[in-house]
Amino acid sequence: MKPLSAIVFKDIVIELRNKETISSMLMFGLLVLVVFNFAFQPTGAERALIAPGILWVAFTFAGILGLNRSLSIELDNDCLQGLLLAPLDRGSLYLGKVASNFIFMMIAEVMILPIFVLFYNLRFDLQFLQIAGLSFLGTFAFAAVGTILSTISANTRMKEVMLPILLIPLTLPVILASVMATSAVLSGETEGISSWLYLLGGFSIVYLVASYLVFEFVVEE
Amino acid sequence: MHAGDSPALESEDIRKTFGHFTALAGVTLTFQPSEFVALFGRNGAGKTTFLKIAATLMRATHGRLRIGGTDIREEPEAVRRQIGFLSHNTYLYRDLNPVENLRFFARLYGVADAETRISALLSRVGLKRRMNDPVRSFSRGLNQRLGIARVMLHDPSLILLDEPYTGLDANAVEMLNAMLDEAVGAGKTIVLTTHDIEQGLRAATRAAIIDRGRIVFDGSSRGAPVRDAYNEYVRMGVPQ
Amino acid sequence: MTSRVLGIASLVLMVFALYMALIYAPQEAQQGTPYRIIYFHVPMGILSFVSAYLLGFAGIMFLIKRDLKWDRLAIGAAELGVLCTACSLITGSIWAKPIWGVWWAWDARITLQLLLGLFFIAYFMLRAYLPDREKRAKLAAVFGVLGMIDVPFNYYSIEWWATQHPQPVLRGGGSIDPDMRLALYVSALALTVTCAYLLTRRLAIARVEEEVEYLEHLVHAHE
Repeated sequence: MKPLSAIVFKDIVIELRNKETISSMLMFGLLVLVVFNFAFQPTGAERALIAPGILWVAFTFAGILGLNRSLSIELDNDCLQGLLLAPLDRGSLYLGKVASNFIFMMIAEVMILPIFVLFYNLRFDLQFLQIAGLSFLGTFAFAAVGTILSTISANTRMKEVMLPILLIPLTLPVILASVMATSAVLSGETEGISSWLYLLGGFSIVYLVASYLVFEFVVEE
Repeated sequence: MHAGDSPALESEDIRKTFGHFTALAGVTLTFQPSEFVALFGRNGAGKTTFLKIAATLMRATHGRLRIGGTDIREEPEAVRRQIGFLSHNTYLYRDLNPVENLRFFARLYGVADAETRISALLSRVGLKRRMNDPVRSFSRGLNQRLGIARVMLHDPSLILLDEPYTGLDANAVEMLNAMLDEAVGAGKTIVLTTHDIEQGLRAATRAAIIDRGRIVFDGSSRGAPVRDAYNEYVRMGVPQ
Repeated sequence: MTSRVLGIASLVLMVFALYMALIYAPQEAQQGTPYRIIYFHVPMGILSFVSAYLLGFAGIMFLIKRDLKWDRLAIGAAELGVLCTACSLITGSIWAKPIWGVWWAWDARITLQLLLGLFFIAYFMLRAYLPDREKRAKLAAVFGVLGMIDVPFNYYSIEWWATQHPQPVLRGGGSIDPDMRLALYVSALALTVTCAYLLTRRLAIARVEEEVEYLEHLVHAHE
């Protein structure tokens, strides 16, 4: 537990110093909200229909930005090697990075969410909290896969470009489940929502365990 | 730290291939505590590969390696705790200052009484005055000084140094040498790779030459033999 | 030897499957002739999923054994996956045009198939950008395993998604004519054998490729 919290704490201290990751994620998320508004020019009822999709596109792309940024900190000066030299197993290292990626994404999303509610004329009530809860689950699943895939993509010659190519096909169930659950919350028809929540939970657990086991192969030279 | 009187490092027929390229073709070496070993060889001879395998960063294709009696495959975490590894890359976070960097590594290694130790080390490497500046602003020499502090932080019993003199100014070289001598005096083992034969032989008690993945010379570095062997090796000009 | 047997078997079976699909199987009441494409479309779709699992299996074996032969199997499986996915999507589109009136509908199965195709392509892109042979094998194996795990999640998410969206109806269901079923089994067998044959050929090529790479390495080493 101690090395895990050390990694998270270290990432937070770095972020407090340079403020680069969250600000760029936030800006990017905002731009997605704005661009999609222009692209679709939704009015009234339509807006509530397409809003969940737009929100998760914003979260997904902001998340990819955050994942790339988080890894580039470790690649700078070969810091990842320094972590690999430390007496913690590779699985714990993976969990540490998942934790810090998750926290960063959550912070950015918590800031994007109110703006989203405002832009799309939604309400700040129970719905808002429900969507925040959903984001929590969806983001965790996203961070679990994203952390290992960003480490894989860091080994390629294309680095940052490779991440979305690897990540989006694999996280489609997460995006789909999050969008559908968000729509259910927004439309108030929440009876079918539990299967989506189970899917997000199951996905997170399965990928967390699998990645924990194979992370060693990704980082060893 | 050593389990009884087991060797500091013991390798048995370590081989490493990258596809069709053979980086190590069977290296068998045993280093005892308090030995100061200089490992010579040209680029691509396999020096760095050997150190990386010993440091558990790389997995050998074949062979066994024990550090202080512990197999690196069986208990890699225990092994890593005993090792200090310094290369030309310092593994320091540019956005953090020296204290924050060392504090992070101290937590990873579970160093007891970290603050006192960090403070003492920073004075030792001459970074006390810069301890609140981010590493980003450091010159190569200062960076390497902090790198040395990072390596010594958890009091490793086996110190692996891969070309540590690259980019160091004269003062820092002197400081590093003093720290290494002190470590050897305290019973630690040092393995150092370098191109610089004079620096390598300065304090080494043993020297080995590695060429195309094989140990071609291994012996005491006291006196002329190693220098002759090295000169011979260089003169032969083995095809790259 | 195995390869030759599979080659001859696939030739014979393919001819037989063509007969079964085009002549033996009865006409479908509503769709007429176009329906006959399912004898190729359905087995190709199933084989693309088999390829994904084969890719994941080869990945696990490589990570355990560290033997490049498993990586060669992974390449073969992934290429087969691209082939089967492409065939299944193309035949699906050809069928959809006369029956649904559109080339493409975001039907659950089509979407799933497309996603699987994208996964295989991503797999090859990853390989293409990994310079070191061993690292390429290792990271591709990890990605293959992660992709294999993804298949059931994709399947369920898209199935559930489709049930909440209006879409063209052709959910199999009900009973299928026994002659049609037999024809489907025969063509499935024929295509499976053909794919197995292609895989053995691909593995042979991969071995030669590796030998060439080795010889090139030797030549460079002595320059």
